[in-house]
Amino acid sequence: MVAIIVFSILLLVGIGAFAMNVGRIRANILLGRDVDRTDNKSERFKTMALVALGQKKMFKRPIPAVLHLMLYAAFVITQIELIEIFADGLTGQHRMFRGSLGGFYTFMISFIEILSILAFIATFAFLARRNLLKIPRFTMKEMTGWPKLDGNLILIAEIILICFIFMMNGADEVMYQRGLSHAENLGDGSFSFAVSQWVGPALFGGMSDSSLELVERIGWWGHIVMVFSFLNYLPFSKHFHILLAFPNTYYSNLEKKGKFTNNEAVTNEVKLMMDPNADPFAAPAPAEGEVQRFGAKDVTDLTWKNLLDSYTCTECGRCTSSCPANQTGKLLSPRKIMMDTRDRLDEVGKNIRKHGKDYDDGKSLLTDYISAEELWACTSCNACVEECPVNIDPLSIITEMRRYLVMEESKAPSELATMFTNIENNGAPWQFSQADRLKWKDEN
Amino acid sequence: MSELLKVPTMAEMMAAGEVPEVLFWVGCAGSFDDRAKKITKAIVKILNKCDVKFAVLGTEESCTGDPAKRAGNEFLFQMQAMMNIQVLDAYEVKKIVTGCPHCFNTLKNEYPELGGNYGVIHHTQLIQSLIDEGKLKVEGGDTFKGKKITFHDPCYLGRANDVYEAPRQMLQSLDAELAEMKRCRTKGLCCGAGGAQMFKEAEKGNKEVNIERTEDALEVKPDIIATGCPFCNTMMTDGVKNFNKEGEIQVMDVAELIATAADL
Repeated sequence: MVAIIVFSILLLVGIGAFAMNVGRIRANILLGRDVDRTDNKSERFKTMALVALGQKKMFKRPIPAVLHLMLYAAFVITQIELIEIFADGLTGQHRMFRGSLGGFYTFMISFIEILSILAFIATFAFLARRNLLKIPRFTMKEMTGWPKLDGNLILIAEIILICFIFMMNGADEVMYQRGLSHAENLGDGSFSFAVSQWVGPALFGGMSDSSLELVERIGWWGHIVMVFSFLNYLPFSKHFHILLAFPNTYYSNLEKKGKFTNNEAVTNEVKLMMDPNADPFAAPAPAEGEVQRFGAKDVTDLTWKNLLDSYTCTECGRCTSSCPANQTGKLLSPRKIMMDTRDRLDEVGKNIRKHGKDYDDGKSLLTDYISAEELWACTSCNACVEECPVNIDPLSIITEMRRYLVMEESKAPSELATMFTNIENNGAPWQFSQADRLKWKDEN
Repeated sequence: MSELLKVPTMAEMMAAGEVPEVLFWVGCAGSFDDRAKKITKAIVKILNKCDVKFAVLGTEESCTGDPAKRAGNEFLFQMQAMMNIQVLDAYEVKKIVTGCPHCFNTLKNEYPELGGNYGVIHHTQLIQSLIDEGKLKVEGGDTFKGKKITFHDPCYLGRANDVYEAPRQMLQSLDAELAEMKRCRTKGLCCGAGGAQMFKEAEKGNKEVNIERTEDALEVKPDIIATGCPFCNTMMTDGVKNFNKEGEIQVMDVAELIATAADL
C-alpha cells in the first residue's frame, strides 16, 4: 500500500512538473511573430514521418546515425514497457501482463532487452566520441560549460537507466528460478528473456534471497525514478529534441531553400512609393498594437518557428561543421546562433514571468548575444539548413538580423552600402551605367 | 567567332510585332563582368544555333535585387523587383531563362509574391532540354575526350533550388571524364560569393572560402572546373590562380563547354 502511494505521488509530481515546464516553453515560443505553417498537411506529415520518425537526414553521416538509431529505437520501444510499470506501480502487482500476453510478453521484453544492450554500447561510443576522440564539432568554443556537461550527463543517465533495467530483470529472473518472484508463477522455471536469463544468474546467482529482493527493488524503483527525472530534465536540456523534433519537422519550411521571405511591411511602403496616385497622407494608420520592426533585433522579432527551432536544437553541430564561414575560421557558427536564440528566449521568458510583459532588461539578442561580425560572415549558402537532421533554419534568423542592421540602423559594412548605392543609381551592384548593359553584344 | 550574334531586344521585337518564346535575362555579371560576358555570348551562340526565338531587355534590364536582399536591404530589393516586374509585365513576358543562379532564384521564388509570375529556368535546364529534344548536337565531343571535368554546384542552383542533374547531364554529353568532388550536390561547399559576400571583404578568419573550395577541386586533379554561375566562376578562377594552376586548369561555365563542343 505504501508503495502504491509513493508511486502515485511520484507519477503525479513527475508528470505535473513536466507539464508545467512544457507550458513555460510553449509560452516562450508563442512570444514569436506569427507565421502560417498550416497549409499542405499531407506534405507536412510526410516530412515529419521521414525526417523525425525515419531519421532520414541522420543517415548522411552513417556512423553516428547507426549509433543514434540504437538509442532512438531503445528509447521508443522501451516506452511500451513503461505501460506495465505504471500499471504495476498503481495496482501493487508485478508483471501483470505476463500471464495474459504469454509468448508475446516474452518477445517484447526480450526485444527491449536487446535494444537496451545496443543502446548501452552506443552510449559508451558516444561518450568516447565526445570525450576521447574529441570530434571537432563537440569541442568548439560554444560547447564548453553547460552544453558540454549536458551532453555527457544525459549519456551517463542512460547508462544508469540501463543498469537499473538489468538489475530489475536479472534479479527477478533468479528470484523466479527460486520461486521467489512476485510475478505469477507459471511453472516454467524461467522468464526466458533474451538477455536477463543469462545476465541475471551470472551477476546475481550467488546472492542470498533477501539481497536479491533488495537488488530487484532498487532496479525497479531506480528505473522509474530515472524515467521521471529524465522527463523533467528534458525541458532544461538539448535533449528536448526527442519531443520537439516532431512538431519542428511538421512545421518545416516546405518552400525552396533559396526563397527568402518578402517583408510585408516593406511591400506596403514600396507600393505606396511606386504608386503615382498614392497620397502618402491618406495612408491608413499602422495596425493597433506594437509597431513591427524591420528585421529582428531580439527574439520577439523572430517568428515562433524560429523560436521552436531554437528549443529543438540538440547542439549536434552538423550545421557549423558544414558552414563555409566557420570552416575558414570566421566567427559565425550556425549552432551558436540557435543556442543564443534559445538562451536569450529563456531570459526574456523569465523576465516576463518575474516583472510583467513590458519589462525591458536593456539587452537584446543582437549585440548582447550575436555580433554583427558573425552575421556578416554568412554566405547564405544553405549548407546549415540542408544539414540539420531536424530541419532547423539558422539562415532565416541571420537574414532577419541583417535586415534589422541595414534597415533600422543603417549599419551595413561600407562596401555593401556602396553596392546598395550602385544598385539604386545604376541598376547594378557595380558602377556601370545601365545604358551600357548591351555593350557585350558588340565586343570581341 | 566572327559570326555576328543575333541578340534582339524586347523593344525591337515588340516594334516588329513579334513575341519571343523566352526572355534571356542576362544579369549584371553577364552584362558587365569581362569573364561573365563570355558566358553570356556562349549562351547566345547556343540559342542562335538552335533558332530559339529569344530577346533580351538590354538597357531596360536592371539588377533583380538579389545582392540587396541577401544583405538585408529589403527596401531596395522590393523597389528593384517591382520596377522589373513592371517592365516584364509590360512586355507580357511568360518565360525567362537566365545565366545566373542568383537571378534565377530571385525571379523564380521571390518575385511571385510581389506580383511577378513567370516560368523561370536556368540556362543549364534550357540547354539540356535542347539537347534532349535533338535540337542541339554536341558532335565535336572529341574536343574534351580524355579530359577530366569536375562540376562545382552553385548554392543557388543546387541546395537553393534542387537543380543538380541538368548541368551534369550536359557534361555527360561531352564524352569527358566526370569526377565529383568529395563535397558535391547537397553537400557542395559554397564558393564564398553568395549572400552579398561578392561585394565585400570577408570577415576575419584563417582562410578564404574560395581557397577551401578550390582545394576540393584540386583533389580530383581536373583539367576543367565547370560551374553554372558567373560568381562561382570568378571565385574558382581566383582560387586556381592562387595555386598557380591557371596554366593547367580552366574554369568554365557548362554553357561554354557545350558551345565549344558544338563548334559554335
